[in-house]
Amino acid sequence: MFAVEIAHLTKVYGQGETKVVAIADASFQVVPGELIAILGPSGSGKTTLLTSIGLINEPSQGQVVIDGQLLADDGWLPGVDLKRVRREKLGFIFQHHNLIPFLTALENVMVALEINGHSRAAAKARALELLAALNLSRRPHNYPAALSGGEAQRVAIARALANRPKVILADEPTAALDTENGKNVMAMLKQIAVENRSAVLVVTHDQRMVEGFDRIFEVRDGRIVKESKGWKVEGLAAAGA
Amino acid sequence: MNLALRDIRHHRGRFVLTSIGLGLLLGVVISMGGIYRGLVADAVAILQSTGADLWVVQQNTNGPFAESSRIQEDLRYRIAAVPGVAQAAPLSFQSVQIERRGKPFRFFLIGYDYRPGLGLGGPPALIAGRPIAQKHYQMVVSQAMNMPLGDTIHLGLHDYTVVGITGKLVSSSGDPVAFVTLADAQDIQFKQENNAIRNDRARLAAWVAARPGLGAGQERLLKASLAGLTESTHTVNTVVARLAPGAELGRVQAVIGRWNHLRALSTEEQVEILTKGMIEKARMQLGMFRVILLVISGVIISLIIYTSTLDKIRVIATLKLIGSQNRVIVAMILQQSLLMGLIAYFTGYVLVRLTHKNFPRRIELVPLDLQVLFVIVLVICTVSSLVGIRKAMRVDPAEALGG
Repeated sequence: MFAVEIAHLTKVYGQGETKVVAIADASFQVVPGELIAILGPSGSGKTTLLTSIGLINEPSQGQVVIDGQLLADDGWLPGVDLKRVRREKLGFIFQHHNLIPFLTALENVMVALEINGHSRAAAKARALELLAALNLSRRPHNYPAALSGGEAQRVAIARALANRPKVILADEPTAALDTENGKNVMAMLKQIAVENRSAVLVVTHDQRMVEGFDRIFEVRDGRIVKESKGWKVEGLAAAGA
Repeated sequence: MNLALRDIRHHRGRFVLTSIGLGLLLGVVISMGGIYRGLVADAVAILQSTGADLWVVQQNTNGPFAESSRIQEDLRYRIAAVPGVAQAAPLSFQSVQIERRGKPFRFFLIGYDYRPGLGLGGPPALIAGRPIAQKHYQMVVSQAMNMPLGDTIHLGLHDYTVVGITGKLVSSSGDPVAFVTLADAQDIQFKQENNAIRNDRARLAAWVAARPGLGAGQERLLKASLAGLTESTHTVNTVVARLAPGAELGRVQAVIGRWNHLRALSTEEQVEILTKGMIEKARMQLGMFRVILLVISGVIISLIIYTSTLDKIRVIATLKLIGSQNRVIVAMILQQSLLMGLIAYFTGYVLVRLTHKNFPRRIELVPLDLQVLFVIVLVICTVSSLVGIRKAMRVDPAEALGG
């Protein structure tokens, strides 16, 4: 079973003369544990693609299947609790860590667990375990403002992993980090894909960061124009990345 | 995890200061309610302390407090003779303003029959000193006059000495009350100065002299009669009566009402005149202010909650993106609004509770009023939070993405 499966996914904004095709007829499948990079210049539609898979942006046409569950077929399927799917099966990592500023690192991880129905004690135990795994065990009670950029992004990764998601969606997770921290974050994502058997889809415009990914999709003008495989990033168009 | 409390904990200074500011506003609302209740309590305080069932006043007037009423003192005997009346006693009321220690000093003076068992409407329980024990030149003052025992005050033609102090009794206009004997009150109110009396006598003599047909005896009799009328002080503002057990109030009123020049008001009617007539406008004014202040409080809470929600747009978007239920977000906003209202309410309440004795007019904090206001504050907070909740519900989870 695929972790993510999209078929003929199309997203159109506006109509008539103002019609903009953000994604056009995108199709691919991602297996559990696979690490995918979506590359492309600004405005190419890569974030729209990610948000459609992330059940935020309703597709105009096409299908979205997450962990074997059909969720969109020319629009959201009626009766599907998208929020529930998001909190149970998806994990999100953002360009900026998007930690809740009034919660400590520990609480930021716990909140994702508690809204998914975990008890306070269970949430705390799991959050501490994740923070320790991400080398943050010494700073659980720090607020985001007191964390470095890299630390904050690691807390965000811990939050994304909290509910053991089938799919992790990362939108420019290294954009706000320096090169070293960026590489560390990417290394963590690779490790998560392997160890947790989560499908990891990373949107980025920085091709230096995608070395070691299983597959790379290059998006231009809403279309997947190229799919590369292998550990080395080779053959990508120089422009746009 | 309670997100509302976590947010407040993080911004506790701002939240607490805002709530206290709002509390000051609610304190004004609470005190205005207390002022109104105080007005009612003050208005009926003298009525209640008198313990009378019936107030006999000049016909076509609304009694001694609402308007001027003058009747003869000796009517007390006629009224006491009406079947059903157990006791009748005259009372005199007047507002007095004098200069005392370089400042205007205003109070409400009551004259009563000081003789034990004969009077009604004298000072209620004394907290210091003793009752008036002689016909002239002694007074009992209420605590609010701030006069110690033995202090003297000059009224009319004489000095009066404080012999007793009663509780904080005030008139319907909020002036502290003092008691003197009826004779002294009549002197203070009606007795003319010697020069004025001489002048009146001279005018009367001139008027009689202008009528040469009068005999010497007639002239003497006329002078004495007219002088008696003009110089008499045996006028009172009301005669109050206490009914005998089992007596029917309406029947006694009807008997006295048949006398052409009098009107007999029950205590309930007096209360009605005082509360509905005299302080109705004040009540409406205070009520309007309270409504306006509550609306302002609501607007302020709405604005605070709305701007607080705007500050949290990214947080809300993130919560939505990670699959948070709407109730989690609604609860965060609503709880903050309610907590702000609670803190503000109790700040206002404590403030008024601690300071209400220092207000120049009585502030009567009635539990029912406070409970109703508490519910109103909660409703306002709930309604005010709707603006923020509406904004939060419209936040697109995609706003969590990107820079």
